[in-house]
Amino acid sequence: MNIFAKNDPLATYAGNTWCPGCGNFGLLTAVKSVLKKFKETGRLHETLLVSGIGCHAKIVDYLAVNSFYSIHGRVLPVAWGIKMANPTLTVIGHAGDGDAYGEGISHLIFAAKRNTDLTLLVHNNRVYGLTTGQFTPTSPKGFPGRSTPSGSPEEPLNPIKLALASGATFVARGYVGKVKHLTNLIWEAVKHRGFSFIDVLQPCYTFFNTYSFYNEWVVEIPSDHPYEDLEAAFKLAEKWDYSSQAEEIPIGIFYKVKRPTFEEEALIETRDFDLFEHIRKFHQ
Amino acid sequence: MKNSFEFSVLFGGKAGDGIRQLGILWAKLLCRRGLKTFLYDDYPSLIRGGHNFSIVRAAEFPISAHRDQVNVIVALNEETIRRHQQRLSENGVVLCDQEIPEAQKAPSAQITVPWAQIVKELSAPKIMRNTAALASLVRFCQIPWEELAQTLRELAKTELNLSVAQKSYELSEKGHVDFPSKDKNQAFFFGNEAIALGAAAAGLKVFLAYPMTPASSILHYLAAHRERLGINVIHPENEIAAVLAAIGAAYAGSPAMTATSGGGFALMVEALSLAGQAEIPLVIVECQRPGPSTGVPTYTMQGDLEFVLTAGHGEFPRVVLAPGDAQEAFELTAEALRLAWRYQTPVLVLSDKHLSESLFSQNLPQQFARVEYKAWSGGQTYARYAFSEDGVSPLAFPGRKDAIVKATSYEHDPFGLTTEEPTQIARMQEKRLRKEEGLKRETEKMVGVFNRDAPVALLCFGSTKGAAVEIAERLGLRLVRPLVLRPFPTQTLQKALKGADRIIVCETNATGQLAKLLAFHGFRVDQKILKYNGRPFSVDELYERVKELL
Repeated sequence: MNIFAKNDPLATYAGNTWCPGCGNFGLLTAVKSVLKKFKETGRLHETLLVSGIGCHAKIVDYLAVNSFYSIHGRVLPVAWGIKMANPTLTVIGHAGDGDAYGEGISHLIFAAKRNTDLTLLVHNNRVYGLTTGQFTPTSPKGFPGRSTPSGSPEEPLNPIKLALASGATFVARGYVGKVKHLTNLIWEAVKHRGFSFIDVLQPCYTFFNTYSFYNEWVVEIPSDHPYEDLEAAFKLAEKWDYSSQAEEIPIGIFYKVKRPTFEEEALIETRDFDLFEHIRKFHQ
Repeated sequence: MKNSFEFSVLFGGKAGDGIRQLGILWAKLLCRRGLKTFLYDDYPSLIRGGHNFSIVRAAEFPISAHRDQVNVIVALNEETIRRHQQRLSENGVVLCDQEIPEAQKAPSAQITVPWAQIVKELSAPKIMRNTAALASLVRFCQIPWEELAQTLRELAKTELNLSVAQKSYELSEKGHVDFPSKDKNQAFFFGNEAIALGAAAAGLKVFLAYPMTPASSILHYLAAHRERLGINVIHPENEIAAVLAAIGAAYAGSPAMTATSGGGFALMVEALSLAGQAEIPLVIVECQRPGPSTGVPTYTMQGDLEFVLTAGHGEFPRVVLAPGDAQEAFELTAEALRLAWRYQTPVLVLSDKHLSESLFSQNLPQQFARVEYKAWSGGQTYARYAFSEDGVSPLAFPGRKDAIVKATSYEHDPFGLTTEEPTQIARMQEKRLRKEEGLKRETEKMVGVFNRDAPVALLCFGSTKGAAVEIAERLGLRLVRPLVLRPFPTQTLQKALKGADRIIVCETNATGQLAKLLAFHGFRVDQKILKYNGRPFSVDELYERVKELL
């Protein structure tokens, strides 16, 4: 018995249970393409996925790589702890919008503030899928979810602005309708040293089908965008506030700068010590 | 009571007077003389003002509790005299500043020294009155100047401290106490330092904690010594991040621990279940303080016992260990790490303010537990949750070429892939719970027994040990202390309590949680001594409470 699927060395034998048309399939394809690059260079075993709870999280069951299937909202602290134990691992976190922007929002702010060397992909479908259709922090105002039948009374959160304000050193937005573009984004994010954040627009076919809206408004950020200019990044982020209207929906890298990582700044080389010498010195 | 020498001093003042440091220096100086000491620290939850006091008891025999009566009161303000003079023993003396107006009116014998004036003349900060006071006490106890000078050089480290001390020593008078001196130094540890060192000695490599009294000094100690001990010490955004990052680190191969008090532990409970399901070796230290809720932050209570025994949704094996003094805190925290790794399940160390923040002079054992685990030897496809006879699956860590390591919060198959299949669910549940058999076997003997044949048995857990040991000796009682509370050491306790006419349980909580636990496991409890005002039992108080019942 082994863990692999027939004919696919990157997949497990777990059967896929996403709905037909689910935006997660595009994300799975993009992540797989990135993992394939690691496999080709013999480094797949150095990669590790961490997920939260929700439809997004099933991705770790489908991929035959190291993974930690965490609890709702707690992707980043587990990923951070893994880096403490082994900073050489390439850790890719997966979270839903409920995970990252609801239950676990404090961890997102702090991962960005610390510049922890890992990547976070938020599978942002702007609805709770697995719990069957409630509004999330990024649902548009007025969204008729099952917990808000007369429409969400709250303005949506703009996670790009949040990540920028929190100090993330790589801030991007992707769209599962543009898989090749998304694959490149993830590859860039993984290569970046520090906290890489990608908000991935990923329609929920069953509870909030936004394909046609995104297809109409999504625009790739031009390559002459000043990536190190925070003000320019904020300006770009304001082109869409996650409502049902947009001037345009920029996708691509909003912001990218170099800053020492948490691992470089804070971690020490662990080692054993002489207890009795320590006691003689400090406790007698 | 034994005839050997013992001597207690109460140091009092307001927060910001350096009372705690003063008590610590005195205790350490006596440890260096080879005396056993115990420091009890009583302080309110504030930074300036209020009333702080420490009692340092010293003796020629082992002690781990304080007395109510003291031989000397060192008063840095008049409130100290007012509040505590009834504690003075027959020939007791108050040492105080000449400037204290109340000093003239107090009925007890007094020695006044111009501490404030000395500090002023030497242009030293006002807080150094504590050093001046220490020098007067040292002089009063007829301890040579050189001993004080050496302690100050090593522990206080400033020339100004020495000058203040010298001036005060010269101006102070000798008393009539003949302080013994032994050849051998005594080591000294706060309870939390012993917890930190026990973990470090066992192989801790990552420590995370969010500050919360009375657990914070574990964080402070490990942070201060992190380079020396070779441990990564990290203060995250909250307790939830602390415990989850510890889980992540352990999954990736680093022995990890976190520490908190009841409120912080409440936030960690969801992750405790995750560690149970994902079979993560996790150690959590819970230093209790009076609740519910914020309660009384800087005081003591054993009110979280039932909480730690049952916290967490779902059923999974866990261990709860309850040390009673610094030596046990060291040993049991090391053991906590060993058991967590041997059985890949959470282990809790239950302390309280009285253990965590009291200073003990005890020696640590030469032999102690270390992290060890069942390592995967390679070969076939790795299965993180492979079935095994003892429920423990071989461990591999992510990063090795020949293994895919999948941990998960979902019920899962041996590879760590989600399952909802009924047979698989039941088998995995049974696999995890099988670990309880090994845990039970390994912890069954963890019961402290003293005076095994005495007809009246006193039962307690945790920090109540200090006072209880002395009472048991003084009154000829049997003392029985479970050091492990889950799995419950039923057979060992049955043996330990065999033939007891009467079983008295004493604990510092309002509902008798240990007594309830004993009753649940079929033990008869005849009487309970409960204390729940935030203060620990002193030797004298417990003596009176037990005496009433006999």
